[in-house]
Amino acid sequence: MKRTDWALLLLIGVIAALPLFGGAYALRLGTIACMYAILALSWNVVGGWAGYPSFATAAFFGFGAYATGVLLGKGLPLALAIAATLVASLLLAGLFGAMLLRLRGHYFAIASLSLVEALRELVNNATDLTGGGMGLNIPLAAGSGILADAAFFFYAMWGLLLATALTMIAVSMSKLGFGLACIRQNETAADMVGLNSTLYKSIAFGLSACFVSAAGGLYAAWVHYIDPSDVFDILYSVKPIVMALMGGLGSGLGVVCGALLYLALEEVVWRNYIQIHSGVLGVLIVMLLLFLPHGLISLRWRMFWRKAAHV
Amino acid sequence: MSEILRLEAVSRNFSGLKALSGVTLGIDKGEVLGLIGPNGAGKTTLVNTICGVTPANSGRVIFAGNDITAIKPYRAARLGLARTFQIVQPFAEFTALDNVAAAALFSQPGVSVRSAREEARAHLAFVGLDAQAAQPAGTLTLAMRKRLELAKALAMKPKLLFLDEVNAGLNSAEVERATKLIHQLAADGITIVMIEHLMKVVLNVCTRIVVLHNGQLIADGAPREVIQNPAVVEAYLGQQYAKRSAGHG
Repeated sequence: MKRTDWALLLLIGVIAALPLFGGAYALRLGTIACMYAILALSWNVVGGWAGYPSFATAAFFGFGAYATGVLLGKGLPLALAIAATLVASLLLAGLFGAMLLRLRGHYFAIASLSLVEALRELVNNATDLTGGGMGLNIPLAAGSGILADAAFFFYAMWGLLLATALTMIAVSMSKLGFGLACIRQNETAADMVGLNSTLYKSIAFGLSACFVSAAGGLYAAWVHYIDPSDVFDILYSVKPIVMALMGGLGSGLGVVCGALLYLALEEVVWRNYIQIHSGVLGVLIVMLLLFLPHGLISLRWRMFWRKAAHV
Repeated sequence: MSEILRLEAVSRNFSGLKALSGVTLGIDKGEVLGLIGPNGAGKTTLVNTICGVTPANSGRVIFAGNDITAIKPYRAARLGLARTFQIVQPFAEFTALDNVAAAALFSQPGVSVRSAREEARAHLAFVGLDAQAAQPAGTLTLAMRKRLELAKALAMKPKLLFLDEVNAGLNSAEVERATKLIHQLAADGITIVMIEHLMKVVLNVCTRIVVLHNGQLIADGAPREVIQNPAVVEAYLGQQYAKRSAGHG
């Protein structure tokens, strides 16, 4: 394992201590932080390692939310519903990946975006199963007081984040990670050395979807009510990309830092500029990308020292 | 000698343009075959068609007894068909070592990343790039990147190796060095097909020459015979070259 991998695990460990410092608000923020980190880490597999700009995150988030919601409605326990969602999403995304990842560049981006719309419309129209546009009520799972509930979902999301991070670290050290890096750099050459790029890309797409879906499932159980325009919101596709770019494309530690920074900006800006918060947030993100194009991970202490030496 | 590759009336069109028409060719194990012809004759297309990048529209390609006409490039690679690219195709961010390791890792079943890297070191040493092992491939000189291509191809443990203009853009010292490497590979018993414009290298290295012109084979035989062939002189070599080499011969 590399030093940044240890740093990533340390960072996730620090997040776990969050409930010690605050009440329901800290727990809510912590849960969202873990969820964002899962989304960013997952997107990084396809977008950062394989170099395919995917906009499909919202599709799998929504799929996970509805799959878990429907399964909980049928009386399944939460853990089982989440596990089933994760496996279903892995297989489904692998299948979609095998089809979509034949496209490259902009074409792939648009195709992955259409996946969100297609799944949203499916859910909208399968009224019997999903409630359609009316949304879906999800039975209370833990149900032992507000604070206990909040703590439960925080730790559930945190556990999922840890599982995601460990999986991603394992992948980055494996033959799969090596192959994805080859595909990003030169897919023609990758084919020519005997790499089955379609298979590798499909696995990557599956891996990038399954934890997102599980997070969507936890989200659904947490908020008790979902509707298509909420969980298939295209912002779930865009945010992880922004986080990954802010944190540092391809680096696990980087994208998680990016997710935390994004959430912090989102909260602060939303509180202080409630009228124009999207605008201010957008400007801040553009500035960050302009002045730190390789993300937070490219920051070095040296950058500050050097300036000091000149003074 | 037994035949390793057989092309039967292979044709390939690119929307109306006949890049290859009815190419029939057999290659024996251990041969060093020179594939020459003017620019746009279809030499690279022929390699692409054999390797599955642009599959044949008609005809058959048989490699070691298997029909590989419609094979996918990655499967061709695993069967032992390796190639270098005329325009080098490195994994630019990877170190030279990882470039070669990638070839060792994905072309053979059951190789770990660690053992692929160890194997790669030997191939880098063979082409004389051991000092550059830790350098990103994008920062190597053209001559080094050409040799890196060769090391990548060798890491695939090829049965049949296509060298697509490995000497183009190299100076004469570098050409000499590359020629020496090719001689060594041929001595190790690898069947080689080389696309080459430098006739000196072709005559020096090849045991047989085929000439491609407008997608058709116009000559096939021993090097000295082929360069005297009037059709070849007309299409490719030119009268002056023929006179000069006749004077020397």
